[in-house]
Amino acid sequence: MAEKVLMKGNEAIAEGAIIAGCRHYFGYPITPQTEIAAYMAKRMPKIGGTFLQAESEIAAINMVYGVAAAGKRVMTSSSSPGISLKGEGLSYLAGCDLPALVVNVERGGPGLGGIQPSQSDYFLATRSGGHGDFRMIVLAPASVQEMASLTIRGFDLADKYRMTSMILADGTMGQMMEPVDLNFEIGETYDKPWAARGTDMKREHNIINSLSLVPEELEELNFKRFEKYAEIEKNEAMWEEYLMDDAEICVVSFGITARISKNAVDAARSQGIRVGMIRPITLWPFPKLPFKNAVSHIKEFISVEMSMGQMIEDVRLATECRRPVTLCNRVGGMIPSPEQVLASIAEADGKEADI
Amino acid sequence: MNTEKLLFSGFGGQGILFAGKFIAYHGLLSGKNVSWLPSYGPEMRGGTASCGIIISDSDIGSPIVSEPDILVAMNLPSLDRYEGSVKKGGIIIADSTLIERKIVRDDVEAIYITATALAEENGITPLANMIIAGRLLSILGKYNKTEIDEALSHVISAKHADMIESNRLALKIGAEK
Repeated sequence: MAEKVLMKGNEAIAEGAIIAGCRHYFGYPITPQTEIAAYMAKRMPKIGGTFLQAESEIAAINMVYGVAAAGKRVMTSSSSPGISLKGEGLSYLAGCDLPALVVNVERGGPGLGGIQPSQSDYFLATRSGGHGDFRMIVLAPASVQEMASLTIRGFDLADKYRMTSMILADGTMGQMMEPVDLNFEIGETYDKPWAARGTDMKREHNIINSLSLVPEELEELNFKRFEKYAEIEKNEAMWEEYLMDDAEICVVSFGITARISKNAVDAARSQGIRVGMIRPITLWPFPKLPFKNAVSHIKEFISVEMSMGQMIEDVRLATECRRPVTLCNRVGGMIPSPEQVLASIAEADGKEADI
Repeated sequence: MNTEKLLFSGFGGQGILFAGKFIAYHGLLSGKNVSWLPSYGPEMRGGTASCGIIISDSDIGSPIVSEPDILVAMNLPSLDRYEGSVKKGGIIIADSTLIERKIVRDDVEAIYITATALAEENGITPLANMIIAGRLLSILGKYNKTEIDEALSHVISAKHADMIESNRLALKIGAEK
């Protein structure tokens, strides 16, 4: 067995990016993700990469835009308020079909909010990070190991589909340390004939631009992009199921709250309550298949999240509102306890099944 | 299945997070699953610091330690804040150089160690944290030279290799106290 090292989640993201071949990082410090920038500042100069602390989040995302256009793996990271600032850049990246990796280690909001963990940027990540019709692939790690592995996956998916992948983590995932095995098989490399990195006078210019003033053409670009999104929804959803086979109650949770919910599911099982869990790993595409399968035997779904109820909408969509979905949450930097989740499970267990 | 939940607490600068990381590494090298979660609020700048560590034979769900089996308190505000949270039958280790009051709970084992004074007497002033870590390992029955040396080599960078000996001494003082 390869030796495991103890790392912070933020450091695992940075190391994962380096393993994935990312040699360009642009960012601006903000708690609770600053260790990513600190790690990159230390490592990038030693491996021939670029670390640059930009003058603002907006500058950083536009530097990402530039390197992505040149066809190199590139990333930026921030926390909630900083991601809002990057919104314009995210939209331009989408409009130009450029691959990039963006990390959001969420904190409580809205506004400047607090610095404690939160999952309240779910809508921002899965609905739209900026103006216009576009999607990002959203990956939600629930361990420090996944902070590294999903970062690598994020780069692969970004290149494969020419779009932005977002790692949606929270302050707890960023700050906690766990053992990580950093031996990864590196996936395929992607040719980027569209990249703007010099013609050598041998070909026409590659033009990368999101401006398209002819509505017929812009409509066609949107249609094409959504054909790609449909392909991703079909092929790239990831999730984990826990004790779902005989479950009557299903907890749905991602990231740190899935870790907490797992304790509650175990405790409920020891009381004889038939409960299981679906943990979406990709938040977009949201994994619909496990819900389609679960609806036949689940009497109630419980969405456990650190927001006022954002993922719950995707659970309702994935179950086509055929079963009740209740919310178990804390917000503002507060974290639900296993006891709170267990109480929600027990409450659901006490209700009559309406199947 | 055995799971130990530990909470290290004190003020910023006492090496709370470092001692916690050492204990977590020690657990990892003993073949356990481990997690380490620090507080990262603004209070870290000069105020209280804490980290929760879980060492387990099974997979670790929530990394949050709200009801520790063992509490290490290196200053009074930490003892005041966390004494009530310790699991019944658990252990509280207090640095009695810095904490003048006694532990009030009678349903936990109270251990006092004059860690800060011991560190000063032995010329290793900043290492009260590791004296307590040594005490903790001996309580857990895990004071084992090979794993200690290996864990120290992971948490102390090569640049500071000259610090390994004094850390080893601190652990020994704590374990033998």
